[in-house]
Order: sequence, then structure tokens, then C-alpha cells
Amino acid sequence: MLRYLFHRLWQSAVTLVLASIVVFVGVRALPGDPALAMAGENADPATIKAIRAQLGLDQSLPVQYLRFAGHALTGDFGKSTATGMPVNQMIGATLPVTIQLALYAMAIAVLAGMTAGVVAAVFRGRWPEWAANGFSLLALSVPTFWVGILAILYLSVQLGWFPASGYVALSENPLRWMYYLTLPALILGISHAAVIQRQTRASMVGTLTADFVRTARAKGLGSGAVILRYGLRNSLIVVTTVIGLQLGGLIAGGVVTERIFSLPGMGKLTLDSVFTRDYPVIQAVVLVVTAAYIVINLLIDLLYTAIDPRIRVSGRAQ
Amino acid sequence: MTAIAETPAETPVANLGRVRGRVVRKLLHNPMGLVGGALLLIVILAGVLAPWLAPYSPTEVHFSTPFQQPGTVGFALGTDDLGRDVLSRVLYGARASFEVGVLSVLLAVVVGVPLGLLSGYWHWLDTLVSRLADLMLAFPFLILAVGLAAINGGGLGNAAIALGIANIPTMIRVVRAETLRLKDTDFVLAAHTMDAGAWRILGQHILPNALSAIIVQATVIMPAAVLGEAVLSFLGLGIQPPKPSLGIMLSDAQQYLFRTPWPAVFPGIVIALICLGFNLFGDALRDALDPKTGK
Repeated sequence: MLRYLFHRLWQSAVTLVLASIVVFVGVRALPGDPALAMAGENADPATIKAIRAQLGLDQSLPVQYLRFAGHALTGDFGKSTATGMPVNQMIGATLPVTIQLALYAMAIAVLAGMTAGVVAAVFRGRWPEWAANGFSLLALSVPTFWVGILAILYLSVQLGWFPASGYVALSENPLRWMYYLTLPALILGISHAAVIQRQTRASMVGTLTADFVRTARAKGLGSGAVILRYGLRNSLIVVTTVIGLQLGGLIAGGVVTERIFSLPGMGKLTLDSVFTRDYPVIQAVVLVVTAAYIVINLLIDLLYTAIDPRIRVSGRAQ
Repeated sequence: MTAIAETPAETPVANLGRVRGRVVRKLLHNPMGLVGGALLLIVILAGVLAPWLAPYSPTEVHFSTPFQQPGTVGFALGTDDLGRDVLSRVLYGARASFEVGVLSVLLAVVVGVPLGLLSGYWHWLDTLVSRLADLMLAFPFLILAVGLAAINGGGLGNAAIALGIANIPTMIRVVRAETLRLKDTDFVLAAHTMDAGAWRILGQHILPNALSAIIVQATVIMPAAVLGEAVLSFLGLGIQPPKPSLGIMLSDAQQYLFRTPWPAVFPGIVIALICLGFNLFGDALRDALDPKTGK
């Protein structure tokens, strides 16, 4: 178990370092000289040289990378060229919004997806299964952001149930926070719920027809207990995997959802930084998102071993 | 964006013709697959024939007739804020979606299939390629598209490259798994004993048998790419105006949603139909290629 833990930690660290190199080289490959941009068009060579020295651009690339990585480790990503604000402050202000949206959406997706999956597996071949399957097929085919736009039109504008845009911090007023974030989270969660529904159903159907379940039933165990203790527990592994695989989609979907509902999150920051060519911010955002992705996947891998002891024994490290 | 299709079981090369007949027969007996296939046929034809079907140029503005309702004479699906014909724009938008979809599938196939074959066949390469695929999976496709857009400034090519690259790792995994499985089959061992070289075995024995898995994975990538293109263009990272794209139409329509919702409704319906078609047809194709299901 410890060996596996170390292996996974080491693997994640290598991936993270590689990712940071890709980001670093990618930003350096972009056209334009930041020193020239800062000094202005008519600056004399001495000024430009001074700025280059100040930014550390006169040093070799490996030295520059080590400086960049060292600063990044302490959370220092420099200053935004668009706003002049420290990048870590900008990320600090927007990251919580994105994380809250993602967690809220995932909670909705897991709850709705697993319920629909269990219903479809238990009522196999009857109308609840068709309803659940039809819903997930539809949810997978319809573009989320289109549903978001239509939801604003009907649920917000015509019925007035939800606000069309805006955000209130959780610490400020939890009820208002929920009022503003529920519709975006619901929209973001729908397609993920569909994927979870499909996987839960498939895994539950497999488990419920297995021999050990037949034995349990033969012993006289009630069907509720069979479904919960055997079916659901086994399908948890699949659902955990799916959540890990969906993180990328959740981040991408989050950017779009933030844009539709005008939420002040990382997605908005990312788009703004691309359109203003704010390289320090782009660099930091990419690195933070990638790091988050790697860390969450690591946590999920470790979670497996808690859910399913068989994995611990067989040693997934190979 | 990183769905992996279930791998259909093997179909021996020897009776490929008979297998093909069985696959077609099974497809014809699957009502959902037929609906999906018909949907696909209609939207693909509409996209391909857009220059002949569209009543107007997709960029032609009619300032005197903005915000026409659907059903207006001359504008079957109405007009947008600049009086552009929504029907023409939807047709050309579907065409652009397919262009991005096909290009990204090609990219994923051209890069992913050889890497999958090689890493499945040679163990020493496997560690390297699999690590690479893991690394690529760690970059969410949108972040990749953001990076590419920062360098290239968006466009159809940018969207296709970003979506193609995003789908390379899953293609590698699918083909690698197939290669690993086929490597130990009797007919590959027989080829070995007949002194067939590695390239010959990969090209003549393993690739044809892995084809069904590759095709199924392509039907998974296509709708994902169509959705991805809409998302990227909606965000301003994909196709650039005035070129029509379903994503751009939705982003434009959101600005005047409260005046008329129709320009936002139709592009979404088209995206949904394309994806529904691919999902239904892809599911049916996977079942048909799997010898364990049905007759």
C-alpha cells in the first residue's frame, strides 16, 4: 500500500513538472517580446536591457525555468500585464467561485445520475428504465450551453424562478449564494448526470445478476438491502472513475457556464486573459487547472483503495 | 470529451465479407440505429449541399428585415439582428461543424492509431507512449484550445487541432488494448511462425481486426467534436465571425434573447440532432460489430 502511494505521488509529481515545462516553453514560444511591450515602442536599448535583466530574460532558458518554477511553488505568478494586479490575487478571487460551481454541479450530477441509474437497473425492461435511458441519451446529445440559454429564457425571464446572472459569495449569504448558483450548477450537472446514470446502470445490472447476489437473495435478504449493500457499493467504483474522467469536461463546461450566467470565476478570467493576450495570467491559469486536475485524479486513485480492498491487494501500481 | 467506447470483440479477417453482411443485417434490424442513421444522413446531406440548399448567402445582411419570426415568407426560420437568414446560417453552420468534426477525427486517427499499434506491440515503447497519453489527458481540451488560440488567434483550424489532439489519447488507449488482445491470438502466432515481420503482422493482421474498434471510437469522437466546436466558437476561441458557426450563432443570439428567442433555438436543435444521430448510430454500430449480441 505504501509503495503504491509513493509510486502514485512520484508519478503525479513527474506529470506536474512536465506540464509546467510545456506551459513555460509554450508561453516563451508566443510571438512578441514582453520587455519591448513593457518599455513601449520608442524606448532606448538601455531601458529595454534593464527591463530584460529585471524580468530575468537575459538568463538562459533552464535558469529562467527554475526561477519560474520556484516562484510558482510559492504561489507567485508575477503581475498581470492587462490589469497590473498580482496574478495570484486574481486567481485567489476567482478560483473559489469555480470550485464551488464544480462541486455543486458534481453533487447534483452524482445524486441525480446514481438515482436514475439505480432506478433503470432495478426496473429493467419496464418504463422507468426507458425514461431514465431516454433522459440520459437526450442530455448527452443536447449542448449544455444551449440548455443554459433556454433555461435563462424560460426559468429566469418568463417564470422568474431563478436570477439570470450574478453571484453572491457563500460567506456573505449562503441562501443568496444558493439562489444564484443553483441554476448554473443544475445546467452544468445535467450531462455529467447522464454519464453517471449510464455507468451506474451498466454496473448495477452486472452486479445484480451475479452469483453472490443470487446467494444473498436465496438467504432471504430483502431486495432493498441487496440493492444498497451489494449493487450500489460495487457501482461506487465505476462512479468514482467516471467522476475522475469527467473533471476535464467539468472544467470546460464550467468556463461556458460561467460565461452564460456571467459568474466571476476562473473561466471568465481565462477567456479575458486570452483576448487581452495577458500571458502571465494564461500561464498561471493553465498551471493551476492542470495541477488541480492531477491532484484530484491522484485523490480518486487513492479513494479506490478505500472503496475496494481488492485493488489494494492486486497492486494497481503495475 | 474523453469517452472511451467499449471494445467490440474480434472479427476474424478470413470471413470479412460474411462478417460485413452480418453487421449490415444487424444494423438494419436495430430501430434506434436506423433512426440515428437516417438523422445523420439528413444532417450530413444538408451540410454538404448547403451551397445549393441555402436560399441566401449566410453572411448576407438585410437591414430592413431584422428579427423576422420563423415562417415569414422568404425566411423559413426567420432572421437575426442583422436580418441574416437563419436557415442559411444553420445549413452553413452544420457544414462547418462537420468540417471540424472530420478534421479532428482524422487527426486523432492519423496520430492515435499508429501510436496505439506500436505501443501495444512493443512493450518498451508502451511505457513511453502511455505516459505521454496520460500527460495529454491531464490537459483539459479547453485549456489546450485556449493555449492554441493564444498563439494562433482562433479559427476553424485551431478548433479542429485542439479537438483532434484532445481525442488522441483515448484513440491510443483503444487501439493499444486491441493490439494487446490480438497479439496473442492464434492467427497472429501463425503469422509469426511463417516468418512474417512486425510491420506485416501489424498492417495485415492486427490493424484490419482493430478496425471495428477504431470506427466505433470515431463515432464517439465525432459528436464530441461537433459539441466542442460549438463550445469553442461560442467562447470566441473557434471559428471567427463573419464565418457562420452554430456556436457563434448561439453566442450572438444570447445578446438579443429577450427580443426574440428563435435565432438561439434553431442552431441548438441542429447540434442536438447531429449528436443524437451519432450517439444512436454509434451505439447500434457497436452492438452490430459485437458478435456476442443478437443473432
